[in-house]
Amino acid sequence: MSLLDVRDMHVWIETRRRRLHVVRGVNFSLEPGQRLGLVGESGCGKTTALLALLGLLPPSASVSGQVILDGTDIFAKGEETVAPVRWRDIAIVFQGAMNALNPVKTVGWQIAEPIVRHGLARRPEARRRAEELLNLVGIPSAAARRYPHEFSGGMRQRAAIAMALACEPRVLLADEPTTALDVMVQAQILELLVRLTGELGLALVLVTHDLPVVAQVCDQAAVMYAGEFVEKGPVDSLYHDPRHPYTRLLFAATPDLYRRDSVLSIPGAPPRLDQDLAGCPFQPRCDQAVDRCTTEHPRLLEIDGSRAAACLVGHRESEAAAS
Amino acid sequence: MTVAERAQANGTPLLSVRDLATYYRVRRAGAGTGPGAGKRLLRAVDGVSFEVNRGEMLALVGESGCGKTTVVQSVLRMTEPTGGSVIFDGIDLGQLSARRMRPLRQRLQVIEQDPYESLDPRFRVRQIVEEPLLVHGLGGSRAERRQVIIQALERAGLAPAEQYLDRHPHELSGGQRQRVAIATSLVLNPELLLADEPVSMLDVSVRAGILALLDTLRRDGQLAIVMITHDLSTAAHFADRIAVMYLGRIVEEGPADDVVTNPQHPYTKALISAVPKRDPRDTTKADILTGETPNPLDVPAGCRFHPRCPVAVAQCREVDPELRTPAAATKPGHRAACILS
Repeated sequence: MSLLDVRDMHVWIETRRRRLHVVRGVNFSLEPGQRLGLVGESGCGKTTALLALLGLLPPSASVSGQVILDGTDIFAKGEETVAPVRWRDIAIVFQGAMNALNPVKTVGWQIAEPIVRHGLARRPEARRRAEELLNLVGIPSAAARRYPHEFSGGMRQRAAIAMALACEPRVLLADEPTTALDVMVQAQILELLVRLTGELGLALVLVTHDLPVVAQVCDQAAVMYAGEFVEKGPVDSLYHDPRHPYTRLLFAATPDLYRRDSVLSIPGAPPRLDQDLAGCPFQPRCDQAVDRCTTEHPRLLEIDGSRAAACLVGHRESEAAAS
Repeated sequence: MTVAERAQANGTPLLSVRDLATYYRVRRAGAGTGPGAGKRLLRAVDGVSFEVNRGEMLALVGESGCGKTTVVQSVLRMTEPTGGSVIFDGIDLGQLSARRMRPLRQRLQVIEQDPYESLDPRFRVRQIVEEPLLVHGLGGSRAERRQVIIQALERAGLAPAEQYLDRHPHELSGGQRQRVAIATSLVLNPELLLADEPVSMLDVSVRAGILALLDTLRRDGQLAIVMITHDLSTAAHFADRIAVMYLGRIVEEGPADDVVTNPQHPYTKALISAVPKRDPRDTTKADILTGETPNPLDVPAGCRFHPRCPVAVAQCREVDPELRTPAAATKPGHRAACILS
């Protein structure tokens, strides 16, 4: 049994005129210490999927599927079953987390707050714990008495991570945790996240549009397109042997420091999410599409045991290779 | 011979910046009132020199707060430089009155970072692109202006332009918006483009297209481009030369490939090691610098990088190193400001 098992998760968001099917049947599981990357263009549903896991979507959203944490479905009774888990077992760090600290409370007070709120300790004990947490993320414990404005951006992002770790969660969700940071600070934060998963057995879900970040941090990654996983597998095989054209094109659109291959944009735009798609959602932008792709919706099918892709052309190739 | 090399051989650079300095007087919190009381000098740009030729792209790379945006603003006199000179096509911009600077502005255009904020949401595309023509009193009759607008849009990759003329910004994707912003510059036929993080707000899938467009403009259109970016990978791919800034100074400059594959300044080396690589098998560790990004209110004596430098020696605390050709440089024009290189 996995630590976290997400089964057939869907999210719909109701707008004034339309009903958008934003996440369309997503499945994944996480083991302790595992690092999973979710990548894709903006609007592909990666952030929505994260927020859904914690029941943090607005009231206009509806969710279906199962999210099984240690054998219990936390989606079973909606907010009633998600609330006890939120922050206690599954915590989140946002892109702008460093700017979301309360300016009039000390950093230590803010880290201690969830510990007290969840009834895990009283204030003095929680304060000591906050100091330990600051140490854990590489900030001297004396800084617990300081205010956010006295911290640099990188330190505040570390403090936000410490706050997410306050209740000793087993799953950490990170939504573009380094996008607003400079490259040097980004390297520090990424190194910290990798270290924490190792030391604490924390499972990490990292959402980013930045493929090199996932390549360096995660062991597994899922590529999202129009609310679906189109490819999933070890980061090494996604980069060296992508089976979905979208995965290949995303890497080709990302410049690399050393490789001088031409960087290509992906023509077209993702499909509208207010309707069902007859064929493959990526077909209009795909450079390998065949006739079948306009009518047949490819399912995410397993390839050689460790990975999966949702591409009719990719399937046929792997079937041919197997026979 | 590349376009840039040919341009260089042809003589003087289009833009030549010498010892540019831009200081701001800022008030220190709680340091009293009255004239001069508690005022401190923020040295945003502190002695920057570089040149750009027609047909060439120079990338200014550095972390936030290193002064790269202030360089662009100072070149355009959107902020008045404290010292140094900016020579554009033989004209010293610093000597010009505001009135005489104005006709020059059409030859130097900026591309802003965020096409979601830089376009007026109430205007249609044709009005947005027409605006600079009206401001500068160019473009002739209404019908002639329409032709100029269409040409600029198509040059920016929005073809057929008629499809876009009557749209509002909210009807366009991020990439299309940035192309409209670029068309707004092109409509004046500029010779120099200053692009401040032109793709950082855009989706990965469309970034390459915008960068390729800038690449085409400089190669085919002979524009000189200064691109500000924090992304070394982008700089390495698209620029001819890279200048690395640290705390208001250029600490290393050279042909893009050489700066990336043969960095000579310890700061450049650290920066390059911290860039995440696309290949998961490339697991070279980042040489993470200790200490905080320093404060331009309090520039260290000697080499401004010495407090964070992993290889600093005693001398680095006293000597403020100048840009010079390092012993290990393999290409002409590669310079670093480090006494150890």
